[in-house]
Amino acid sequence: MTPSETTRLIETARRDARRKPRTKRWRQLAREIVFNGILMVGAFLSAFPFYWMFILATQSTNQIFSWPPQFTPGDNLVANYQNMLTIIPFWRNFANSVFVGVTHTALALLFCSMGGYAFAMYRFPGRDWLFAVLLATMMIPWIAGIVPWFILISKWLQWINRFEALIIPGAASAFGIFWMRQYIQESVPSELLDAARIDGCHEFTIFFRIVAPLLAPAFAALGIMIFINNWNAFLGPLLVMQDKSMYTLPVALSLLRQDPRRGFDAGVLMLGTAMATLPMLIVFLIATRRFMAGLTLGALKG
Amino acid sequence: MGQTTASAMPLSASRRTTLWREIRRNWVAYVYISPFFILFAIFGAFPIFFSFVLSFHQWNAITPPQWVGLDNYVRLFQDRLFWLAMWNTIFIGVIAHIPILGGAMVLAFIINSAAVRFKHFYRSAYFLPVVTSPVAVSLIFSTLYGVRFGLINWVLVTLGLPPIDWWGGNGEWIKPAIIILFIWRWLGWNMIIYLAGLQGINPELYEVAAIDGANLRQIFFKITLPLMQPIILFTLVLSTVGAMTIFDEPYLLVGTTGGTNNAGLTITMYLYDRGFRFAHLGYASAMAYVVSAVIVFVSVLNIRFFGRSRTEV
Repeated sequence: MTPSETTRLIETARRDARRKPRTKRWRQLAREIVFNGILMVGAFLSAFPFYWMFILATQSTNQIFSWPPQFTPGDNLVANYQNMLTIIPFWRNFANSVFVGVTHTALALLFCSMGGYAFAMYRFPGRDWLFAVLLATMMIPWIAGIVPWFILISKWLQWINRFEALIIPGAASAFGIFWMRQYIQESVPSELLDAARIDGCHEFTIFFRIVAPLLAPAFAALGIMIFINNWNAFLGPLLVMQDKSMYTLPVALSLLRQDPRRGFDAGVLMLGTAMATLPMLIVFLIATRRFMAGLTLGALKG
Repeated sequence: MGQTTASAMPLSASRRTTLWREIRRNWVAYVYISPFFILFAIFGAFPIFFSFVLSFHQWNAITPPQWVGLDNYVRLFQDRLFWLAMWNTIFIGVIAHIPILGGAMVLAFIINSAAVRFKHFYRSAYFLPVVTSPVAVSLIFSTLYGVRFGLINWVLVTLGLPPIDWWGGNGEWIKPAIIILFIWRWLGWNMIIYLAGLQGINPELYEVAAIDGANLRQIFFKITLPLMQPIILFTLVLSTVGAMTIFDEPYLLVGTTGGTNNAGLTITMYLYDRGFRFAHLGYASAMAYVVSAVIVFVSVLNIRFFGRSRTEV
């Protein structure tokens, strides 16, 4: 079908659509109602547990165990907060999470952008072969080496209770390099680099002074993704951090919940959870578009 | 690349010097990519290789390792808990992913259709669970699942249904509890991926189909699904890894042993239990290798089934 033929067909279809019979318009309205209804129920189910978390965080055990449940905030917020601080050093854990998250993300962005830039912009011997190796490493399940990974961290590097263990190992991710390469290939013109070289710029100057500023949107999108993953990580910190004061937030929170059969103070638990979750919710709501752009670029070009 | 193939062949002296000159000229590129290869060698390749060696040894990290040959693997295949954990993991993964992937596709299709307003609002709402940590999600759900005072049981009782004893009985409600949580957390993520894929499909294709008299169902199955094939493959491969290594959620909901009758014991939890709580390092390594083999096998199956392109667009 030639393009002009297609456009003509579409034009006729559009004209038809304008003088649709009444039944068809009713059917469209019904569809609209059903679709929006499904989406509304789904959105409610997605968001409600968060509302419930914030409500429980303000309630005392008595209020939580009342029947029927109370759907409005209680008056026990301060007491819950004080109880929580007797179980975990929350702000210390919070600071740990922030420190690990920020340093890990910064290092990861540096390594990933450098790697992505080299694979996108240089034609060096072994490039394609090395890039294939990099892609292949993404297929290896991380669980395969978890036991020696822990031995390496704990016995040989002596990184138990040290932030290095959470910052360095995952800092140069294959996914991040792949992602950056896609971005750089699409958005950094190679003429720019040639011009800079003719002007006698050093290679490092070209990358750090000319290319890196162009990557600001990519840093934001990939950075949010890396930061959130790091903030939410559980198994790694659980293995490595063995001192309460070194726990990151997820590990500290798991301490608030003891044996499910012995029961726990749900108000305290939900307050800690809410305070740990809130920063990520805020980051997400501010940068929704950035975040999704980052995620989908990785998926669609993959 | 010309250089790459050249390096595999025996080189004449002059070609070797050109190759060497090319490498020297591009030394910066090697510096740029070196962090990945150095870190991967230390924290990726070395543990994976060492894990393989370790799986033929008995070791508690204190006394010297002892060579036991295939003993760990033989014991593993006779270990009732290992098979139970494997079954639990696969059951949870498969049952959870049918609604996750199917629901995500349907929701993405609905949001992408012209009949829906507030697309950005829905996208954000469905994505909220994804940015929340598995730990936080599990803790929130552990309160919703409360047996005597949980919200879900309140709803059930209000509707005149019997309340659910989530953790007790024979443990038959433990897997559903994990599955519900897993669906809630991952549906939005897959939906966003599918939505991005749908938005990449040329809308004129739909218009032409509509002109030809195709109805909604035909459009979905004959146009949308075939064009989405590579993206479905992508989510399937990631879901396989995610489902086979599920740890945080069951660990927080039912504890290290997986609750009543070990109904919530997954393979990663069992590995954690053997390797890190009881220091059976060789045994845990063997288990890690078997799990990884299963993951790679299922991924290859996925690629075989869904990787072939059925369309010529």
